[in-house]
Amino acid sequence: MASVFEYAPAPESRSVVDIAPSYGLFIDGEFVEAADGKVFKTVSPATEEVLSEVARAGAEDVDRAVKAARKAFEKWSALPGSERAKYLFRIARIIQERSRELAVLETLDNGKPIKETRDADLPLVAAHFFYYAGWADKLDHAGYGANPRPLGVAGQVIPWNFPLLMLAWKIAPALATGNTVVLKPAETTPLSALFFADICRQAGLPRGVVNILPGYGDAGAALVEHPDVNKVAFTGSTAVGKSIARSVAGTDKKLTLELGGKGANIVFDDAPIDQAVEGIVTGIFFNQGQVCCAGSRLLVQESIQDELLDSLKRRLSTLRLGDPLDKNTDIGAINSAEQLSRITTLVEKGEAEGAERWSPACELPSAGYWFAPTLFTNVTQAHTIARDEIFGPVLSVLTFRTPDEAVAKANNSQYGLSAGIWTEKGSRILAVANKLRAGVVWANTFNKFDPTSPFGGYKESGFGREGGRHGLEAYLDV
Amino acid sequence: MPTTASAASAFADVTTSESALRRFLHGLPGVDAVGLEARAASLGTRSIKTTAKAYAIDLAISMIDLTTLEGADTPGKVRALAAKAVHPDPTDRTTPTTAAVCVYPDMVATAKAALAGSGVKVASVATAFPAGRAALPVKLADTRDAIAAGADEIDMVIDRGAFLAGRYLEVFEQISAVKAECGDRARLKVIFETGELSTYDNIRRASWLGMMAGADFIKTSTGKVAVNATPANTLLMLEAVRDFRAQTGVQIGVKPAGGIRNTKDAVKFLVLVNETVGEDWLDNHWFRFGASSLLNDLLMQRQKLATGRYSGPDYVTVD
Repeated sequence: MASVFEYAPAPESRSVVDIAPSYGLFIDGEFVEAADGKVFKTVSPATEEVLSEVARAGAEDVDRAVKAARKAFEKWSALPGSERAKYLFRIARIIQERSRELAVLETLDNGKPIKETRDADLPLVAAHFFYYAGWADKLDHAGYGANPRPLGVAGQVIPWNFPLLMLAWKIAPALATGNTVVLKPAETTPLSALFFADICRQAGLPRGVVNILPGYGDAGAALVEHPDVNKVAFTGSTAVGKSIARSVAGTDKKLTLELGGKGANIVFDDAPIDQAVEGIVTGIFFNQGQVCCAGSRLLVQESIQDELLDSLKRRLSTLRLGDPLDKNTDIGAINSAEQLSRITTLVEKGEAEGAERWSPACELPSAGYWFAPTLFTNVTQAHTIARDEIFGPVLSVLTFRTPDEAVAKANNSQYGLSAGIWTEKGSRILAVANKLRAGVVWANTFNKFDPTSPFGGYKESGFGREGGRHGLEAYLDV
Repeated sequence: MPTTASAASAFADVTTSESALRRFLHGLPGVDAVGLEARAASLGTRSIKTTAKAYAIDLAISMIDLTTLEGADTPGKVRALAAKAVHPDPTDRTTPTTAAVCVYPDMVATAKAALAGSGVKVASVATAFPAGRAALPVKLADTRDAIAAGADEIDMVIDRGAFLAGRYLEVFEQISAVKAECGDRARLKVIFETGELSTYDNIRRASWLGMMAGADFIKTSTGKVAVNATPANTLLMLEAVRDFRAQTGVQIGVKPAGGIRNTKDAVKFLVLVNETVGEDWLDNHWFRFGASSLLNDLLMQRQKLATGRYSGPDYVTVD
């Protein structure tokens, strides 16, 4: 949009991060090649530029890593909690010190705006390590009796939408409770996990306590199926989560799954409209909507629908899409060609099923994977775009007449991860929140995260909680 | 564009009685304080560099109501300020003039003479500024005096006591009376003293009250209390003028005043304007800064952009 007040480019410097031309797997404190020598390339989704070539883990590497973690477990779990805490505090501080470098790296590899990696991802990553560092010597007081024991080796598979943050959610509680880990980052975003491996070395973390295996789904499957893994933690799609649940069934592995969502953002007629509009935007366009707890269904009270949609459309017209490294960019790139085609397919289905599509005037860059912020009106519960997780910057707008109808529609989903309530009436917040079957319910805000708060789902959004005191349970033999 | 008179008639039914007015003001959407402040803070992270910064600095200079409102004001002080308003940077005559000089009513004549022919307006506070604690006839006489002495703009204060006591109609009628006094001789800025209204809900109500009563500008504060202009209260008032225009077609100006001391802050306010109400308000007819020390910081930053070096406080004039 041409304006008299045109912001000049304000790119964050790429030179703060030094990406090597190739990376190995991180096993037993060393970077090593894959046993079969396989590698894959990781690209910047904003430009399709190849960033680095990364070793691709196979079943043999998984076995090596699990063995290393098993070997390290004995000493690591025997350390006093206060000693484990020291390592975690050290890691947290190094992350803070290197946060600018890591933010640029994450933006390059993932495609999300630097504004988000700088102001959301990295501060939350450090906060998560600080928080669980604090628990390490206080596990007696976590509510699981005296001296709760760790499980052993944790096999962890994380997604590409918040690469380093999901790593923190997995590794921080695992280490605090005395487990050792083998973690597989997503194939499109392996780099920040490999930089984290370097941070573990910088922090002097004992060998084998953290092992990082970049790779594809086959490596993830080998990891969760490995007989010497005691704990499986997965964040990702519901389809993969189900197959993991099947493969783990009948074993004594402890399992937590954090899967998809179709969050309802409910706006009542007495909502603070301007802030609700901001919350809707944050809810669905934060990280290009590639957020499992995204508020992808807007449930708006019919009596204020027109007014709210006018405000929302006006606001969407001010979103700045483009170079993710530019500090003024609001909307970055979609993470991969594969994800872009998924979004495109679902959006086409939305149109084919008769919903009305709208996007602000918005020029997309010619290279890379991009999708304009999109909203659909005339959507009903029967539309695919109201039921399936799109995992992209696409909002489906539905209406309701009464609070009961809002609750019924919000709960009418195979998922139950997040929900939002917008009203100035406190009693309504409490009443509605109690009826929503969602793991996280935000009131007059959305997509607000804090390491002290447990996060997890109902129904096909998974089970188990991450974060807070509750997050310890997944890694304790209780 | 409809005139202000038609805006007033659009709300004729709302302002017929105390209870109707109260119902209307209390029926405005609430403001979530956390969300409002978060939005203002997030716009505060915009990175404004090079050409955009140069544009913003010149625009900010041109939007300043260069202000002196001291008991110790003298004709000499006011003349010096007027000279500064006309030529903010004596070493660079391409520097824009400020929008206005803002003084007490008894200094209007001095300011008017000093600014003659420059295009810089004379704004005068009136209506028993800053407390507003005087009878209506006194406030009207104050306004009349300022206009008679040549004021182009009147910065009135509302009766916060009446507002906080819930006597909205009284506040409305006082603003209307001052507006009538201004007629088409002076533009009226209505100061809410947001720091005393305290809640964002009150600020939104006061904004609508002021606009319905005929304000040409709504203004945050006097600069005489602890909390003056903030990004959040200015954002809220920008939302109010945006919504008011959408509803009535009438455009109203916004003036944050007090506490904006450096370029970085001023640029943040301009970002708020740009991304909330857009370029229609990026003009000193519609947006002002009530400030004094801000100007020198803008000038230093302007010199820095032009020369690549920081000069220092001795390279701008102290008046």
